[in-house]
This record gives sequence, structure tokens and C-alpha cells, in this order.
Amino acid sequence: MIGRRDAIRLIGGGGLSLGLGACGFTPARPEPAGGRLRVAVAVSSTADTMDPARQTVVSDFCRCAMVYDGLTRLDARSRPQFALAEAIESQDSRDWSIRLRRGVRFHDGSPLTAADVVYSLNRHLDPAVGSKARIFAQQFASVRADGPDHVRLVLESANSDLPTILGISQFQIVRDGTRDFRHPVGTGPMRMVEFAPGVRSLAVRWPDYWRRKVRLGEIELFSISDDSARINALLSGDVDLIHAINPRIAHHLEHAGFDLLVTRSGGYTNLIARLDRGPTSHPDFVAGLKLLLDRETMRNAIFRGYATIGNDQPIAPTNPYFDPSVPQRAFDPDRARHHFARAGMIGARLPIVTSAAADKSDDMAVLIQNAGRRAGVRFDIRRVPSDGYWTNSWMKVPLGFGNVNARPTADIIFTQFFASDAPWNESGWKNARFDSLLRAARGETDEARRKSLYGEMQHLVHDQAGIGIPLFLSSLDAHNPRVKGLRPMPQGGLMGFDFAADAWMEGA
Amino acid sequence: MIHSPLMVLIGRRVAAALATLIFVSLAVFAIAQLMEGDVAEAILGQSATPEALAGLRQAMHLDQPAWRRYLEWAGGVLTGDLGHSLITGLPMREMIGTRLVNSLTLAGLTALVSVPLALALGIMAAVRRGTAFDRAISIATIGIVSVPEFLIATLAVMLFAVTLRWLPALTSTRDVHSIWDLVRVFALPVFSLACFVMAQMVRMTRAAVIDALDTSYCEAARLKGCSPARVVMRHALPNAIGPIANAIALSLSTLLGGVIVVEIIFNYPGIARLMVDAVATRDLPLVQAVAIIFCTAYLILVTTADVVTILANPRLRHR
Repeated sequence: MIGRRDAIRLIGGGGLSLGLGACGFTPARPEPAGGRLRVAVAVSSTADTMDPARQTVVSDFCRCAMVYDGLTRLDARSRPQFALAEAIESQDSRDWSIRLRRGVRFHDGSPLTAADVVYSLNRHLDPAVGSKARIFAQQFASVRADGPDHVRLVLESANSDLPTILGISQFQIVRDGTRDFRHPVGTGPMRMVEFAPGVRSLAVRWPDYWRRKVRLGEIELFSISDDSARINALLSGDVDLIHAINPRIAHHLEHAGFDLLVTRSGGYTNLIARLDRGPTSHPDFVAGLKLLLDRETMRNAIFRGYATIGNDQPIAPTNPYFDPSVPQRAFDPDRARHHFARAGMIGARLPIVTSAAADKSDDMAVLIQNAGRRAGVRFDIRRVPSDGYWTNSWMKVPLGFGNVNARPTADIIFTQFFASDAPWNESGWKNARFDSLLRAARGETDEARRKSLYGEMQHLVHDQAGIGIPLFLSSLDAHNPRVKGLRPMPQGGLMGFDFAADAWMEGA
Repeated sequence: MIHSPLMVLIGRRVAAALATLIFVSLAVFAIAQLMEGDVAEAILGQSATPEALAGLRQAMHLDQPAWRRYLEWAGGVLTGDLGHSLITGLPMREMIGTRLVNSLTLAGLTALVSVPLALALGIMAAVRRGTAFDRAISIATIGIVSVPEFLIATLAVMLFAVTLRWLPALTSTRDVHSIWDLVRVFALPVFSLACFVMAQMVRMTRAAVIDALDTSYCEAARLKGCSPARVVMRHALPNAIGPIANAIALSLSTLLGGVIVVEIIFNYPGIARLMVDAVATRDLPLVQAVAIIFCTAYLILVTTADVVTILANPRLRHR
């Protein structure tokens, strides 16, 4: 018989034994030579991958950059430098010959061969791989080994940017035949010893790295998705380097003795007006809309100065092909009113869709709404959840926002977002002249000529596309002053996500 | 010996729990079908061109009708195979195992701290009804119930980790090498969670004990000359077990699935974050498996509370 007193004990003791049995105590890990760098990024989930083709979020980029190398890598001015390739040559920008660096070994000891490169590049074409770079790989007509350390790559049509494209992180080189990426094997500066998707990853120094001597002993990478928790972890000394700081807090962190890594990037949050349907298709409406962007207030109030004024075309001032002759569009609600009157839109109400998925689009929309009141058009802000935003709202609503990360070349950004047949032609803008310029610039080998072609394209987008690009955003990272060797790279924050070989810890 | 009517009663409770599990798995699957987007879209994100989507869907067998995918999954579960995650390709046991242990550790430690404390505070408040102590407990519990746990957690981190530097801001079980480490590492999350679950338990315990103390048999015990402690422990408390057990079960049931905020703030890899990841990536087999675990934990707690109530109440035994 179970008595009542036993029952009382049962309730009290029910929770006690739960779980405790699972904690086996292990001896403390000693700090490795070269020190341990603990990095917290904002996003990580069970979707974390070590398959270079599938890398999507910052934590993927960081982990893959630790473990793998590409044939080329992009330098501080986004120009390609040879990495696993020693030479990439072509007479006609179509038929390319790639010579591989000799003596490079994978983390399992096997040498880098042409077969690894052929496999790594060709797998992007298989839809089951789910590659993010498939659109670029579709330019490859054939990729074949030509001896043990030569690869011949023939393109469908000429493209002088191939060395840059091969520097895109998704084209990193894996071992021939790799299908399981749980225990990744690459040639990079770090060897992955633990990879738990959505939890953390732990990589240790690869002593035989071909590019340089790696100084860090170990990198632990995980995510803390809550902004304030991530900053608290840095303040309390539980992490050394954090990605994606709110601009509002940057000043306080500096004050508390932490260092900022400010990266001016070509990424932007853009206003999108669909040109192929509804009231937003009137050219005067679009012209008026672009005049409502109060770029300076956006930069100062929303981004606390950590942004660069944009001019409704996607080539950032840091890009070598940036054309300064495109006149800067100013904030002018009165002229906007004049355009809206010509479009017959005075007094109209229009929904404008925002989401946390498009960084800071909520705040931008509020400023546009205010300016719209002065120009005679009422904008109703519709905030939608970030979950499913890219599938359900982006490019589908008449007036909304997009968010584009920095792209390494002018060709890539124009091809992906502005060509008439681009899958992400966000405003549905079609222009035959632009398309022919794009094709001509791609195969053009004369730099001056190429620059003038890209210049004309910037004018066209600035004048005609349904896209407002108010600002190019800066990426903000913060770190413990013990972390040295970090410098901004235009590919993105955290040194273009590739800090493992260059960072080091003071006093370790 | 346990009487057989009692066994029947308990057997019915368990059968009802199993039926609930099946219903929940169906409901979760059906609701998941209503979510827009699938795992192929989640993988490809912005790169989801129609052609790429079709190829990936076929490779992942997503082109089969929903009912068939459910039956295949259910068949697997019956044979003990929870299936593989669509995103990582890992078997469920591997995906869930360590995270479930983590969640149970956190829940267990929280229960260890909060249940005895809540019972003691609740009983003391009931015994000293109307005194300053009782009023202080009431105000404190109402105050804590009204503050969201993320605020408690963030404030605790700012005070104990950032300003005082006594405790770590993150909860990593890998840094646990001794009992002292265990206390240090879990102090903040357990504190935040205990605040959250205790308040309810204290209030329910107080109310149940007060009810019991107001009965005629407790009055008789007092008239007979029993000490106040004896009245509470021998006469009132055994009769208050039913409601107290239920209050504890309900409060503790939130410790597995309802602690997402605490898991995120302390970067603790528990099962609630796994569920959020699974939903965000539309990884249906994982959603199903975790939902079943949540449901099972809830049913175990509630059924245990029922059984304890039955055992503690002689009248229910002889119905």
C-alpha cells in the first residue's frame, strides 16, 4: 500500500533524479597554444551546413572559410588572388585553363588533384545538391581534368570575371566524391573537430596550411540570436568576437573598452516598386517615390552613421566600376508631389510591406510614410513576419523591400538582380539596351571600355528601374581588444567571414 | 497490495494518454501542412528558382502526397524508427539525444530547486495567513508572475555576469568539471526558470493548504491539542496533495517546451530551440518527433499527478 506520506515524498523527489545522471564530469580543457577564439554570430540552426555549395548564413560562411579554400580568394579591393589555383588563363575569356598549386594537402593527408576540383565544380549542377551557386555554375559548359594538376573549364559564353566567380565561397574545393559533410575535409587553415548543427563547432589549427602559418590554436563558433544576450556575453568575457552589432550600441561598446570592426560593404536594403502591375507601374509614381528617400536621415537616425549614401543603383562607391557621373538624387517631397500629380496619385493610399527579414525596412518605411504625407500619398505600413518573407511577399507585393548582400562583381549583381530575365529582377524591369550592355561588358577585356559600359548601366538603373537604394550598409562587429589581426574586407563582416588564418590572440 | 479497481483507473489514464499522443501527431502534421513553404524552399532561400525547387523536392521525396508521408512516418515510429531529419540527414536519435538530456538536466535542476522551496513557502504562507510574511509572499509571487522570464534572465545576466562577474553569461555544459562548476553554470538559467515556475506553485499550495486547514477535521485536531506543525503535516497536507500535485505538474510541464527564451539568452542547446529550428526549416520529421516528446513529457507529468491524487485519496480508490 502506498501511503499518503510516501506520496508526499514522491512529489517532492520526482524532479530530483531527472537528468542529473547524465552529467559526467570531465577534466577541464587546457588553453591550446595560440589561444582559443570564441566567436558568436547571430544565426545558426539545425540547417547549419559544412557543404560549401549550400552555405547560406554567416555561421556557414565562417565555418566553411575555416575548413576549405577556393581556387581564388578575393582581396581587400574585391580582386581575385590565386589560392588553390596557381594560374587561371584564357585567350578568349571562354576556354579557361586552370593550373593547381602543387603540394597542397587535405586535412586527411591526401593531395589536392584535378579530380577534386572537377568534382567540386560539377556538383553544383545537380539539383539534389541544392547549391546556392547553381546560377553561376550553369555558365560552365564543361569542366574536365587535363592531367593531374590542370583543369580545363569551358564556359557557355565569354566571361572575363571567371577568376572572381571562382572566388565565391560556394565554389570552395572539397575532396572528390564527398557526399557526407558531417566530418568535413578541406585544405583550409583549420581542421574541424566538432560540428554540431545549431549548437556549436570547434576547429583546431591545421599546422600544414599552405598559405601562411596559422597563429590561433582553436576557434569555437556558435550563435546567440538575442542581440542583448550576444552583447552581454562579450561584456562578461564569455566570447571574444561577436558579429552584427546594433549601430545604437556601438558607441557604448567602444566606451567599455571593446574594439569595433566596421566594414563598409556593397550590401543594401532596397525599396521595390513592381513595374509590371498595379499603380506602382507608372513611371512618374516611381520617380516620385525615389525622391521620398531621405537618405541622410536614414543614415544618421537608423544606422547612426554606419552606412554610405546610395543613389538607386547597386554599384557601391567602393567598387572599381562605380560611376561618379550619375547625379546624386536628393530628398525632395515637393518635386515628388509634382510627379505623383502627373501619375494621378495625389490622395491615394498604398500599402508598403516591411519585414525584419529585410534589415531595418520597418524604420525606412516610417520615414517614407512621413515624407509621403508631405507629397500627397498615404502609405500604410504592413509589417509581415520574416519567416517565409522571401517566398510569400518579396517580389510579389507592389511595394515592398528587399535585402541584398554584397556581391563581388558588377556583373554578378547586374546579372542576378537587373537583367530582364533575372530570376530576382525585383521590380520586374525590362530593358533591352541594358541586357545588351551586360553581355558586352561580360566578354569585354579592355578595362576602360568595360568601365564605360558599366557606367551607362548604372545610369539606366538609376533612372528607370523600380528600385530605390537609399544606403549601402556597413557591417559592425565587436571584439575583445586581445583579438588582433582583423581588418575590414568588402565581402562582408568578420573579415569577409574569413578570419581564421589572420586573427591571433594577444598573450597566447 | 494495490487494489484492482485502482489498476483499472490508472490503466484508463494511461490509455487516454496514448490516444492523446496519436491525436497530437496527426494534428501537428496537419497544421504543418498549412504552413506556407517547405523544406526545399527553406534550404534554397532566395535561390529558390522553380527548376531548382522541383529538383530538390524530388530528391527529398517531397513530391509524394501528404497522407503517404504521414503513414510512412507513423509506420516508422511503430517499428521504433523515428526517421531522419530532412535538413541534416541525421537520424532523430542523434539529433534529439543530447539536447533532450540537456533539457532534462535543466528541468531537473529547476525542479530540484523550485519544488521544495515552493512547497515550503506555500505552506508557511498558509499557516501564517494574514501576517506580513503572507502578504509579502503574495505580492512577490504576483510580481514575478507578471514579469516575463526574458526580462528576469537579462537583468540577472547584467547584474551577476556583466557587472559583478560572478557567474558566466552563457550556459555551456562543457565547462562543467565539478559540482561547483555545475552550480555556477546553471545558477542563472535555473534562477530565471525557478522564478517563473515557482510563483504559480506557491500560490496553489497556499490555497490548497488553507482550504484544508479550514475544514472541520483540522479544527477538531486543533481542539484536541495538536501542535500547529502536526495539524499541517498530518492532517491538512495529505488532503491537499491532489491540487498541489496538479499545480506542480502543470508548472513543471512548461520546463521542456516553454523555455525557449531562456535557452536563447543563455545559448543553451535544449530541445525547445531544436523545435524552433525545425519549424523554421520546415523539417517535418523533426517537428513531429519533438512535438511527440513535448506531448509525452506533459502527459507523463499530468498522468503522474492524477495517479498521485488517486493514491492519496482513499475515496477514489473504492469507487
